[in-house]
Amino acid sequence: MRFSALALARSALSFHDNWPQLWRSPEPKRRYDVLVIGGGGHGLATAYYLAKEHGIGNVAVIEKGWLGGGNTGRNTTVVRSNYFYPESARLYELSLRLYEELSGELGFNIMLSQRGILTLAHSSHQLEMLARWLNAMQLNGIDGELLDPPAVRRWLPLLNDSAAARYPLKGAVLQRRGGVARHDAVAWGYARAADGLGVDIVQNCEVVGFLRAGDRIVGVDTTRGRILGDKVALAVAGHSSVLCAKAGFRLPVTSYALQAFVTEPVKPVLACVAVSMATGTYVSQSDKGELVVGGGLDLYPSYAQRGNLPTLQEVVAGLLELFPAFGRLRMLRQWAGVVDVVHDSSPIIDHAPVQGMYLNCGWGTGGFKAIPAGGLVFAHLIATDRPHPAAEAFTLRRFATGALIDEGAAAGISH
Amino acid sequence: MLRIPCPWCGPRDEPEFRWGGEVPVLRPGPPEAVCAAAWAEYLFMRENPKGWVRERWVHACGCRQWFVVIRNTVTHEIRATAPLGEPLPEIGP
Repeated sequence: MRFSALALARSALSFHDNWPQLWRSPEPKRRYDVLVIGGGGHGLATAYYLAKEHGIGNVAVIEKGWLGGGNTGRNTTVVRSNYFYPESARLYELSLRLYEELSGELGFNIMLSQRGILTLAHSSHQLEMLARWLNAMQLNGIDGELLDPPAVRRWLPLLNDSAAARYPLKGAVLQRRGGVARHDAVAWGYARAADGLGVDIVQNCEVVGFLRAGDRIVGVDTTRGRILGDKVALAVAGHSSVLCAKAGFRLPVTSYALQAFVTEPVKPVLACVAVSMATGTYVSQSDKGELVVGGGLDLYPSYAQRGNLPTLQEVVAGLLELFPAFGRLRMLRQWAGVVDVVHDSSPIIDHAPVQGMYLNCGWGTGGFKAIPAGGLVFAHLIATDRPHPAAEAFTLRRFATGALIDEGAAAGISH
Repeated sequence: MLRIPCPWCGPRDEPEFRWGGEVPVLRPGPPEAVCAAAWAEYLFMRENPKGWVRERWVHACGCRQWFVVIRNTVTHEIRATAPLGEPLPEIGP
């Protein structure tokens, strides 16, 4: 089913009661070439690129809950590629470039809005760190520019930059190509496109164990029965440790709750995404007019998708120091996603230590912006058993060799 | 907001404490005999369980003592705390 003016007109004749499902809900087959576990953005994109780039259409995406109902539906929809190290810049720039073409590629409007992302410095030290970060970005071929306070004021007229401000304004780095995209549309667009290429999307199907033949994983036990798969690919973010424990190994992953909140909708007041290096708070305004606010992780590991009050208070306090006018707004909703944090804030896209199994995890707080590239490089690894050139550094063995990619820019704030 | 029963100070609010990692994580040795994979296990690999976990906390804004907490990572319920140096409490069923 493709959307078009004609389809809209035709459906209007029957009062929009006959729109078809965007993807099938098939009973799982007995066997697939590839089982992708996790029906979030990364899992769906992986299935799509397996079918499209590698001609592997006998693929199932197995999702415990509903499609895009985990972190894909729980993020703050920011896309950017302003990373420090060349390995990260290459991967996230690939992702941003794929995002720029994605609406056309999928025939589904993902509402990409490259409105610019501003990272604010509030001390001369932060400004020096920002300049260093920007130099690295430019060496990596990523667009970015340093703004002085008058230029920042033109972007953020509501910013409190008075002499008495708790966080005085010293400057900012701008990535104009950064912005936001519609998170649900990314999941739905990939799901429809993958379904159209023959991928089975199986929802409400939880993996409870793995099937083995000798040392090799050959399928999964699920709440809807056994499903065989020549290759089993994990894209389950915060639940990576739980599934890998069932397969008999550990990961360098700790799961935390990452919260976000939205205010009631208002007229346009904020034209870009703004991030503060001092508070870690970031904010943008959605197309509906709500301010979408996020900040740092909760302070201890959690699998609860709700978050805790002290972190919420700290993030809101940081927001109100920067934008006192927002203190008049009421919060509408608050939620949390369970994110898979590793020590160097960089992903793991690699073979698992058991045969027949593949890992895509460790994106931590930044998985949404990486969905297209994550799917593309993971599909390449699964199909060819060789790492994609853009993902060679993101191995599991880097934790033993010491070749970590310690990407403080992953969180967008200084640590 | 957690209320964490410090073994010395009694129940206090979460912002007074800092989380310090799951236990036990035992340092391998002697260092010259430890391979890179074993160091990686010690430094980075974690159980990260969904459910009950034993972990170390410090009462940073109180008595500044470290202690062990048995906590549920889904419900955030705290079942027991114990001072360091005593045998690790069992998680139980």
